[in-house]
Amino acid sequence: MQLHQLTAHEMHDLLINKELSSEELNNHIFDRIEAVEDKIKAYLTLTKEGALERARSVDGQIQSGERIGPLAGIPVAVKDNICTKGIRTTAGSKILSNFIPPYNATVVEKLAAAGATIVGKTNLDEFAMGSSTENSAFIATKNPWDTGCVPGGSSGGSAAAVCAGEAALALGSDTGGSIRQPASFCGVVGMKPTYGAVSRYGLIAFASSLDQIGPFARDVTDCALLLGVISGHDPRDSTSAGYKVPDYTTFLNNNVRGLKIGVPEEFMAQGISPEVRAAVERAMSLYESLGAAVEYTTLPHTEYALPTYYIIAPAEASSNLARYDGVRYGFRAAEVADVVDMFMKSRSQGFGPEVKRRIMLGTYALSAGYYDAYYLKALKVRTLIKQDFDRAFEKYDLLLSPTSPTPAFRFGDKVDDPFQMYLSDICTISVNLAGIPGISLPCGFVGQMPVGLQLMGKYFDEGTLLRAAYTFEQNTDYHKEFPKI
Amino acid sequence: MTQYETVIGLEVHAELKTRSKIFCDSTTEFGGDPNTHVCPVCLGLPGVLPVVNKTVVEYAIRAALALNCRVASFSKFDRKNYYYPDMPKNYQISQYDLPIAEHGYLNIEVKGEVRKIGITRLHMEEDTGKLVHQGNITTTPFSLVDYNRAGVPLIEIVSDPDMRSPEEAYEYLNKLKAIILYTGVSDCKMEEGSLRCDANISVRPAGSQEFGTKTEIKNMNSFKALQKALTYEAERQIKVLKEGGRIIQETRTWDDEQGITLPMRSKEYAHDYRYLPDPDLVSMVIDREWVEEIKRSLPELPDDRKERYVREYGLPVYDAMVLTNTRELADYFEDCVAVYPNAKTVSNWVMGDLSRLLNASVVGIINCPIKPEQLGALLQLIEKGTISGKIAKTVFEEMFATGKAAETIVKEKGLVQISDEGAITAIVEEVIAKNQKSVDDYRAGKERALSFLVGQVMKASKGKANPELVNRLFKERL
Ligand SMILES: [Zn+2]
Repeated sequence: MQLHQLTAHEMHDLLINKELSSEELNNHIFDRIEAVEDKIKAYLTLTKEGALERARSVDGQIQSGERIGPLAGIPVAVKDNICTKGIRTTAGSKILSNFIPPYNATVVEKLAAAGATIVGKTNLDEFAMGSSTENSAFIATKNPWDTGCVPGGSSGGSAAAVCAGEAALALGSDTGGSIRQPASFCGVVGMKPTYGAVSRYGLIAFASSLDQIGPFARDVTDCALLLGVISGHDPRDSTSAGYKVPDYTTFLNNNVRGLKIGVPEEFMAQGISPEVRAAVERAMSLYESLGAAVEYTTLPHTEYALPTYYIIAPAEASSNLARYDGVRYGFRAAEVADVVDMFMKSRSQGFGPEVKRRIMLGTYALSAGYYDAYYLKALKVRTLIKQDFDRAFEKYDLLLSPTSPTPAFRFGDKVDDPFQMYLSDICTISVNLAGIPGISLPCGFVGQMPVGLQLMGKYFDEGTLLRAAYTFEQNTDYHKEFPKI
Repeated sequence: MTQYETVIGLEVHAELKTRSKIFCDSTTEFGGDPNTHVCPVCLGLPGVLPVVNKTVVEYAIRAALALNCRVASFSKFDRKNYYYPDMPKNYQISQYDLPIAEHGYLNIEVKGEVRKIGITRLHMEEDTGKLVHQGNITTTPFSLVDYNRAGVPLIEIVSDPDMRSPEEAYEYLNKLKAIILYTGVSDCKMEEGSLRCDANISVRPAGSQEFGTKTEIKNMNSFKALQKALTYEAERQIKVLKEGGRIIQETRTWDDEQGITLPMRSKEYAHDYRYLPDPDLVSMVIDREWVEEIKRSLPELPDDRKERYVREYGLPVYDAMVLTNTRELADYFEDCVAVYPNAKTVSNWVMGDLSRLLNASVVGIINCPIKPEQLGALLQLIEKGTISGKIAKTVFEEMFATGKAAETIVKEKGLVQISDEGAITAIVEEVIAKNQKSVDDYRAGKERALSFLVGQVMKASKGKANPELVNRLFKERL
């Protein structure tokens, strides 16, 4: 076992036992990045100086006998749509290729307060729109298990960084599956918390009513630790919930006895590969053998989730992305005739094709004469989808499904067929529409490629998700596998 | 020959004078170097989120209640999407289908007739920045943008199409301004842009119930401009119709220099705003108890105060209306009456000499150099006979110029009225001795001769002799 393969809580033990300094740990991670980044391309920006500076300060605290938190001195990667003061934040887009935020996202301040070191900013699909990270304006991140395969997306850089040992932990954002699907493709743990659990302040918005920041980790314990650090009410985000953040580590019990788990049959049907289905069925059997009650159930409006999502998310995006016009910051086209020409050229040269596609979809859905038929209808269907979950949760403590219908696909397989690409989020988007929490954890392999298991919970019941995920992990070894890079 | 009736509705924007902006902590202070009253939120930088300033909601409710509106129990913010460089996000956060208040009214009085003008709705929104051009706008190669005003809170008040003449529109705006000023939520300064007014206007044959095609008039930057623009536009529309033409629904701008309305390029204003509920802001449930609390905190409003002045002080309706037009003037009047209870005398002084001096200087009533108690004290001096009414006018001007108390001025300048009978008798006898002809005239029945004699005494006493006493002494002797 190498240092970069350790979990954050194992690293923490080494730090407080003074077997390793944070500076050494961080230097090691940067060495690792040096060694593999050419092959993986997880990062858009590295912030070694800042990381080492904070590492030394944490080392000072340890030396002087201060108690440190679980993430102090631990290297964390941050998705590049989360604003970092003084550090370029691009959202994977040419239009923000030169944008340096004058402020930190709330989660970045929380990481700083926890003493975590920030390794760098990770690659993503432009404005988090995509499922393979192929839509980045800059680089293509590779899946560490097979560099011919995509890492998933849109938080592909964060997933790959954690998977390849280029960071212990990472932050991603999840609008329709953008944390869980790449976690599944890269064989790591990824969680989308309940909408409102984590502040969105400083997250470059894609679809405001769906976006949520969440953790990537190499095991469930680390996931619980990072979730605990980033959660909580933020007065700067009106949609963040006022609730008391529990100590999530108290849920890490190897015990699912009596837990009622429903498996929505709709999530096991459309386009699911037989190997993924088999892996999920093995997980169902394991939970049963551990004393949980597992049965099939139904979420009848699931077939409408994808069309609903592809109206609401682009509609919000078309408005959220209107501000990128070349006037105040970011890319501005050269040689323009007047202000309207400047808007048009800056935007048509600054945005990539998938972003343009979604802006057009959303603009159309909100246009006079179409609003009622599309946007308003979609909001109503969204309510029906929520009600499906409400009904299911009257009966079950959590729901179980594959995270994605297939393991990671190969580069270029779906990039020219947007609809096929959209289908890879079929199991994850309902969770965003409903606003409930979901977690993905490794549950097997197809060949050498990991398969992800998704667990979905009640609003603000991340605890039960963590308990069930932890139990699964304690009784399997999938999380102990590492890609050979 | 067809007679035409004009139909007018107004859309008024008033800036709320909260300390910070509607969705961030930046100051709302007027002026400042360009782009100094800004922060990431009002600049719409990537990733920032708006948070509603609760005082904005409170002020909007305050104005709504003063305008007899029904305050919603459930309200939300929406995004109004359009591209313009003075808008940091290329959408304006406003309210669309669930405004904070609806169904209000106010009363106006035109030619002695009271008319009720309906208020359709009142909603909250954010102001935009402004474009600044160096040199000539048509030749400058670039525009600069100042975002200091971006995010300043506004309320928009939309009237029903209830006004039937430019005079009524003028009175409506005047009354609306008076009421908002009373509530203290806005400065309502049209010159500084904290009060803005657009109008919808159409004409129709008198007696018709259907509305004609309307035009929207923008860029009226004063009360006078409003009245002139609407008068012009009504005449223009009537002329078009009389010549057999049709009115085009369009937005027109008032050109104050030429005194005409001109069509704005219709393309620029043919917007589809693609409203959507702002997903960054949660909808608002308005607590009824809070609304009641705001209602209780409202001051007495102009109409109520006017009626009370007539009832309580016995003032003529005209006096009551003028005095209650602004809260400050009415407060001044009442503070003065507290010292000197003859309300009509106070009203005469406030509406007469005081208003004249205030208008001539640039000082507003709030900074009036004569405090209301000081005016009261002056009026007491007249009543006690310490000074004459005529001397009082001089003292008053001196008070306005120096801010000194009436008694101080009277003492310093030796203006105390002479009521000492011995002293005045001496002067009276001297005047009689020197003006035998006038004495004879008076004795022959010429009343006017007495005025001359009294005048001579006043002159000799430098105006300080008590005129009543002088009159009596003459009558005793002649
Ligand atoms: Zn601001």
